[in-house]
Amino acid sequence: MAMNPEHDAPAGHDEARRTFLKQSSLLTALAFVPAPVVDAAAANLDEKVAGAIEKVPLKLEVNGKKYKLAVEPRTTLLDLLREELNLTGTKKGCDYGQCGACTVHVDGQRVNSCLSFAVMHDGRKVTTIEGLADGDKLHPMQEAFVKHDGFQCGYCTPGQIMSAVACVREGHAGSDAEIREYMSGNICRCGAYSNIVAAIQEVKNGGQKV
Amino acid sequence: MKAQDKQIGAPMNRVDGHLKVTGAAKYSAEYELPNIAYAVLVGSTIARGRITSIDAKAAEKAPGVLAVISHFNSPKVPGFDTAGKDPSQPATAGGPIKIFKDDKIRFNDQPIAVVVADSWERARFAARLVKAQYAPEKHKTNLEASASEAFLPTAAKKNPKHPMNDYQRGQADAYKTGAIKLESEYVIPTEVHHPMELQAITAHWEAPDRLTIYDKTQGTMATRRDFAREWNLPEENVKVIATFVGGAFGNALHSWPHESAAIIAAKVVNRPVKLMLTREQMFTMVGYRPYTWQKLGMSATPDGKITAITHESIGQTSTYEEFTESTLAQTRMMYQSPNVTTRYRLAALDIGSPIWMRGPGEATGAFALESAMDEMAFMLNLDPLEFRLRNYTDKDPENGKPWSTKFLKECYQLGAERVGWNKRQLKPGSLRDGEWLIGYGMGVGTFGAHRGAATVGAQLLPDGTVLLQCATTDIGPGTGTAMTQIAADALGIDPKRIRFELGNSSFPKAGTQGGSSTVNSVGPATQEACLALKDKLRTLAGAGNAAFASAKKEDVTLADGYLTLSSNAAAKVSYADLIKQGGDKAVTVEAKPGGEGQKYSMYSFSVHFAEVRVHELTGEVRVSKLVSCADAGTIINEKTAGNQMKGGAVGGIGMALMEAAHIDDRFGRYVTKDFADYHVPVHADSPDVQVAFVNQPDPHVNALGTKGIGEIATIGVAPAIANAVFNATGKRVRELPITPDKLI
Ligand code: FES
Ligand code: FES
Repeated sequence: MAMNPEHDAPAGHDEARRTFLKQSSLLTALAFVPAPVVDAAAANLDEKVAGAIEKVPLKLEVNGKKYKLAVEPRTTLLDLLREELNLTGTKKGCDYGQCGACTVHVDGQRVNSCLSFAVMHDGRKVTTIEGLADGDKLHPMQEAFVKHDGFQCGYCTPGQIMSAVACVREGHAGSDAEIREYMSGNICRCGAYSNIVAAIQEVKNGGQKV
Repeated sequence: MKAQDKQIGAPMNRVDGHLKVTGAAKYSAEYELPNIAYAVLVGSTIARGRITSIDAKAAEKAPGVLAVISHFNSPKVPGFDTAGKDPSQPATAGGPIKIFKDDKIRFNDQPIAVVVADSWERARFAARLVKAQYAPEKHKTNLEASASEAFLPTAAKKNPKHPMNDYQRGQADAYKTGAIKLESEYVIPTEVHHPMELQAITAHWEAPDRLTIYDKTQGTMATRRDFAREWNLPEENVKVIATFVGGAFGNALHSWPHESAAIIAAKVVNRPVKLMLTREQMFTMVGYRPYTWQKLGMSATPDGKITAITHESIGQTSTYEEFTESTLAQTRMMYQSPNVTTRYRLAALDIGSPIWMRGPGEATGAFALESAMDEMAFMLNLDPLEFRLRNYTDKDPENGKPWSTKFLKECYQLGAERVGWNKRQLKPGSLRDGEWLIGYGMGVGTFGAHRGAATVGAQLLPDGTVLLQCATTDIGPGTGTAMTQIAADALGIDPKRIRFELGNSSFPKAGTQGGSSTVNSVGPATQEACLALKDKLRTLAGAGNAAFASAKKEDVTLADGYLTLSSNAAAKVSYADLIKQGGDKAVTVEAKPGGEGQKYSMYSFSVHFAEVRVHELTGEVRVSKLVSCADAGTIINEKTAGNQMKGGAVGGIGMALMEAAHIDDRFGRYVTKDFADYHVPVHADSPDVQVAFVNQPDPHVNALGTKGIGEIATIGVAPAIANAVFNATGKRVRELPITPDKLI
C-alpha cells in the first residue's frame, strides 16, 4: 500500500495558517461589501437606515418587460432574477462562473449571470429562458432539446439552451467538435451531451431564425 | 394516435420536457412562499474536537439578520433525544449528525451555526461575521494511514449471514498457489456526486405541528419519515415535495444536516426558510463515493480458465456512521472460478459520511475486477473478450441459482461490432495516428434487478383523462414519462390523456429512487392500477348495461367521452354517467414482488467498449469512442433509456480520467472546492456515446420484463477506459483518475 502518512504540522504553523485563513476570509468578505454596509452592521443601525444606504437604483429590461428597481450593489444578476423577479428558470449551479447553469443573454450576448452584479447592467436588455419562446410557440432550440432529449434532470437545461442559441448565433456551431468546444462552459452532470449536440446541429442545419 | 399503438418501447418525448425547456420546472429552492427568509450555514474550521465558544454578536447586529442559531441556543429537537431511534438509517451502524445538539466536531466544515436573514446577501455577509473558538483534537483523514485499524462492519459482526461478511467458496486465497497469477492494488479516490442543482431545501412550518418541505430528495417517503421522527410528529403531519430534482446520483438518498438546520431555522424565525448549499459545501456534508483501497489476486490456467480470485477492499466511512456498499459483489458472481475469497473492511475517519454514488460500490469493485481481467488476459496472451467468454457463467456461481435472464454474450457481440474491436491489437502501443496512440478496452458491469413494493392511484377525471399519482421521484431518468407509456398501454388510450404526478409524500407510497429499482417497482404498480381502474369502470357501467356486466376488463375501451367495448362498439356509457356513480374516485393498487428472488438470481448486465487516443508527449487522454450495451430487460423508452446510458458513460469518463476530491491531511480539509479543481466531464470530454440494448424481457422480475439501467450505465466504464489506455500505451494505471502525469 502506498504510504501517505498524516503530517504533523509543526506547532505554530498550524495556528498561523488558521489565523491567516480567518483574516483572509474576513478581508474577502469586506472586499465584496460596500463600506456603508459594514458600518451599518457595526453601528447596529436601524434597519430602514441600513436599507436606504444599501440600495442603489437600477433600470433593467427583462424579457421585454421594463423594471425600475432598487438593489444592493452586491446582488448578482442571478440572485436578482431568481429571488426578486421570481424568474427561477435561470439556475444556480455553482455561483462561481464555472458551470453555465445561470447563462442568460445581456444585449444578445451570453453571460454567466452569477458572475456579474446586477448594477453592472443598468439600462440593458436581459433575456432569460422564460423569454425565449414566442408566447406559446417554443423557440426552435427548445423544440430541438425536447425532440432529441437534450436533458435528464433539466437543471442545466435553461443554461444549455441559452448558450446553444448564442453558440449558433455566434457562428460557432460549424461541426460537432466546434459545438462541443463552444458549449464546454455548460456542464451537464446528467451527461446528456450527445443529445444536446444533436439538438444544436438540428437547429443549425434547419436554418430557422434563432 | 390510435389506441392500439403500443407505447412501451416507443421513443416518446418526455412528458415534462416542455416544463424543463421553458424554465417552468420548479426545483426545491424555487417555490415562492410569503415572507420567505434565507439561511446560510457556518462550518467548522477544524476536523475534530469541540467548540468552546461562538461569538455571534456582530452577525446578530448585521442588517436583516433574523437569527443566528447554534448549539448554544438551538431549540430542542425532540427526536434527537429519543433513544435508539436514529432519524435516518441508511448506515448499518451509528447514526447521522444531530445538528446543533452538542459541541462536538466530527468533520471539517461541519455546520456549527446557521444565520437567517431576509436576503441571501445579508445572510451570507452575516455568516462571515460568526466567529468560533475550538479545542481541537488530533484528527485522521487519510485512509491508508488508518488501514491497520480497518474493521469488519458492525452489521456483519452481529449477523453471520450479512452480505458484508467475508465470503469464501473453495479454498481461501487459492490464487497464491496458482501457476499463472497476479496480485494488484487499486485505489479509487473520493468522488463527489455534484449534481448540477446544489442541495437545497425550503422549510415551512404551516402550523406548530405541521411541516412542509420542498426538498432535494430521492425518496419523499424516507425524508418524511426522517423529519417526522426528528420532530416526534405523526408522519401525515409532514409533507415532502420534490416534483423536480436537479440530479442527485445518490447524494439525496440520505437526510443531511443542512435539511435539519433549515427546519430548525424555520421554527425559530417562524417563517418559511430557504437554504441552498454552496458548491464547496457539496464536498463536505452531503456524501461522496468513498476513497477505497482494493487488492485483487487472480490465478488462471494457461488455456484461460480462472482458478481463483481473492478481492479485498477497505472503504472509508465517518466516525459516526458506518457506511457500507457492495464493492465485492461482482467478483463473487461474474466469472466461473472455483475458488473465490472476498474481504470487506471499513476505516473510520474524521470526515462526513459517504453515500452511495451512481453504480455505487459495484462501480468501485468493477474497476479492480475488470482491470485485473485485462491484466490476466494480457499475461495469457488472450483477447480480453475471449478470456471473458471462457469464464462466462450460465448460472450464478455464488449461490447456484439460474439467472432470471442473462444476455451478456449478446451485449459483448453488439458492442464489439460497434466499437470495431477487430482493430484491437494484443500488443500495446501497436496503433497510432501521428502523435496519438490508439487503444481499445472493455469493462463489464452488473447490478441486482431490485424491485420493491409500490402503490399507484388511478383516477378517471370528468374530461375522460386519467390522473395517476405516486410518491416516487424523478431525479432525471424520466420516471413520469415511462409510467405514462406503461399506463397508456394498460388503459389503451393516448398518452396525452394521462397525467402521472409524482414527487409528493402525500401521494400513494413508493420507495426511494435508487438502486435502479424505480421502473421495476413503480412500473407494475402503474400497470395494475390502470387495469384495476378499467375493471372498476366496467363494473360501474355493468350496473346499468348488460354488455359491460359480462365483458372482460381487457375489452374495456376508454374512448373520447365514453366507455365502450372493443368487442361491441354499440355498448356505450358516458364518463359523466360513470362519475355520477362514483367513477371518479381513485383506485389505489399496491404491487409487490413475489418469491421469484428465491428461485432466480436477477441481475442487469452491461458491457462498455472504449477507444482512446493518448497523446504520446503530453499524456492527454481523449475518449474517442464509447459504446455501451445493456441487458436491462424490456426497454420502456429507447430515447430516455438511451440517454440514461449515455449519462452513465459520461460519469464513467469522469471517474476514469478526472474526478478526485483531495483532502489536505494536515488540516483535514478539502482543498478541492469547486469545478475549477474538481473536474467533471464537459461537452469537449464526451464522445458521441453509442448505446445498444438487447431489449429482451425478463419474465421473473415483473410482468413488464424490466431489470433497471441507472447503475449498469456507469459500472464497468472506468476499467474499460483504463484498459484502453493500457492497450494504447502499455501503462497500467491502478490509481484513478488517469491524469496525464501518470502516463508521462
Ligand atoms: S451558477 Fe453561474 S456559472 Fe455556475
Ligand atoms: S440535465 Fe441534469 S445536469 Fe444536465
